[in-house]
Amino acid sequence: MTAGIVIVGAGPAGIRAAERLIDHGRAPILIDEAPRIGGRIYQQPPADAGSRRDAEALYSTEAAKARDLVTTFERIKARLDYRPGTTVFEISDNRLIALVDGRRAEIGFDRLILATGAMDRIMPLPGWTLPGVFSLGGAQIALKHQGCAIGRRVAFLGSGPLLTLAASQYAKAGIEVAAVVTTSSWSGLALNAIGMAVQLDTAAKGISHIATLLARRVPMIGRACPSQILGTNRVIGLDVLAGGRMQRIDCDAVALGYGLRSESQLAELAGARFAFDREQNQWLPETDDHGRAVGREGLYLAGDGAGIQGADAAELRGKLAANAVLLDLGNAIQDSARELGVLRRWRRFRIALDRAMPFPSGLAKSLPDATILCRCENVTAGEVRAAADQGLKEINRVKAATRLGMGRCQGRVCGAAGAEVLAARLGLSVDSVGRLRAQPPVKPVPIDALAGEAS
Amino acid sequence: MAGSEAQFRRIAEEGRRRIGITLDGVAIDALEGDTVLTAILLTRGHLRVAEFTEAPRAGFCLMGACQDCWVADTEGHRFRACTTYVRDGMAIVTRT
Repeated sequence: MTAGIVIVGAGPAGIRAAERLIDHGRAPILIDEAPRIGGRIYQQPPADAGSRRDAEALYSTEAAKARDLVTTFERIKARLDYRPGTTVFEISDNRLIALVDGRRAEIGFDRLILATGAMDRIMPLPGWTLPGVFSLGGAQIALKHQGCAIGRRVAFLGSGPLLTLAASQYAKAGIEVAAVVTTSSWSGLALNAIGMAVQLDTAAKGISHIATLLARRVPMIGRACPSQILGTNRVIGLDVLAGGRMQRIDCDAVALGYGLRSESQLAELAGARFAFDREQNQWLPETDDHGRAVGREGLYLAGDGAGIQGADAAELRGKLAANAVLLDLGNAIQDSARELGVLRRWRRFRIALDRAMPFPSGLAKSLPDATILCRCENVTAGEVRAAADQGLKEINRVKAATRLGMGRCQGRVCGAAGAEVLAARLGLSVDSVGRLRAQPPVKPVPIDALAGEAS
Repeated sequence: MAGSEAQFRRIAEEGRRRIGITLDGVAIDALEGDTVLTAILLTRGHLRVAEFTEAPRAGFCLMGACQDCWVADTEGHRFRACTTYVRDGMAIVTRT
């Protein structure tokens, strides 16, 4: 009997998983929310719209990898049941419940590989809901997917490798970069160079992005404490405390993000067990080295959705998850000691990155009470602190009391900072206030799709 | 309301086919392959107003995650502006 294998996510992990399964005679279903493959990292321009830029223009140093992923997809797609435009919003037993063209669809599976990717991790600051403030990943998507800049004079604020990458892409595209501001220290990168030396190419690319910005005389402000984004109906500036003084950066847009958070709601709905990862400072689904989920048999997790390790590691993790599926189905395949070894190097590299450019948990304590944390429900830091002062010590209790994380985004944007603000008020570590539970539907759907019969 | 000046700036792919849509009853131009969010923010400084504060918003994540860019068409269909492409004759309303 043939097992039905379903992959969710057509980024680097999902495509590589599909490739390996197909090369071993399996015919998986590949589901993706987007209309074209590539995920966010290798997001392609809209199909058939006459876009002219080539891979070099779109992905710069990552062009070869983007091209290779598309070539692979073209090679395997005839043997693949590819379903773009399909948003999975619930998992019930062995069925995915999805929205397709506004209608409910159900897709059964025996083995499920989730390759759901990641999004920016946010620490709010006063003014961050103003028009003109976008996530760092969003700023990059505007440029590569839409050929647009998010403003005329853009400040980049955050931490992590995407900060300097996105800023350098803007600079190369001829857009004025007002400043690159980070809460980490540029020298911290050097201190972790030993850890990063396990992936010299990638470390060198990171340095080249910084060099691009320095060559264009972009102000690079390290060890900064962001104070506020200025403006009433649109962004007019950014205030940051650095080097002992408040500095005002004139800008009409801000790209904001402190590393990435795993998109793990579907893993949770599928039954994966979670643990707090101290290096990444987030709750992550537990897996073995191949990506087999702890807590549910037949569930496999690959790519950044199962902990942030980057796009190169995601390709490997996709292949390894496919190997696990094949092994579990009794296929006699050569297992991959070499791939597991390379993946271990990526893990060490990522730990060095996370230590050099951590999530700025410390900012949570000093956020003014009036700062909006939850942009869906307009919940402020002060409201979360008031809930803590009333004796609520668990993030889901605080959600019930304040509506933080209860809005349309399901806590994707506010969850990390909400937990930090709560923990700081209680004087506890962030893992001890618990984890926002995922609730279906994980994306907004029409009520008839939610309640309706399977079509 | 928010400043009338466009938030986004188009810097590439300007040779695509022109598409006519309306935004709150006013005709605007977009290019094939623009998302609704792109089309609006190339026209003005904000996308919609927040439900609870009447403060202007312009979306945030641009990748279908934050859900801060929902708008509607004149038929009453609601959709995410960052993941919906413009189509000829689309009639978008941002004040519902």
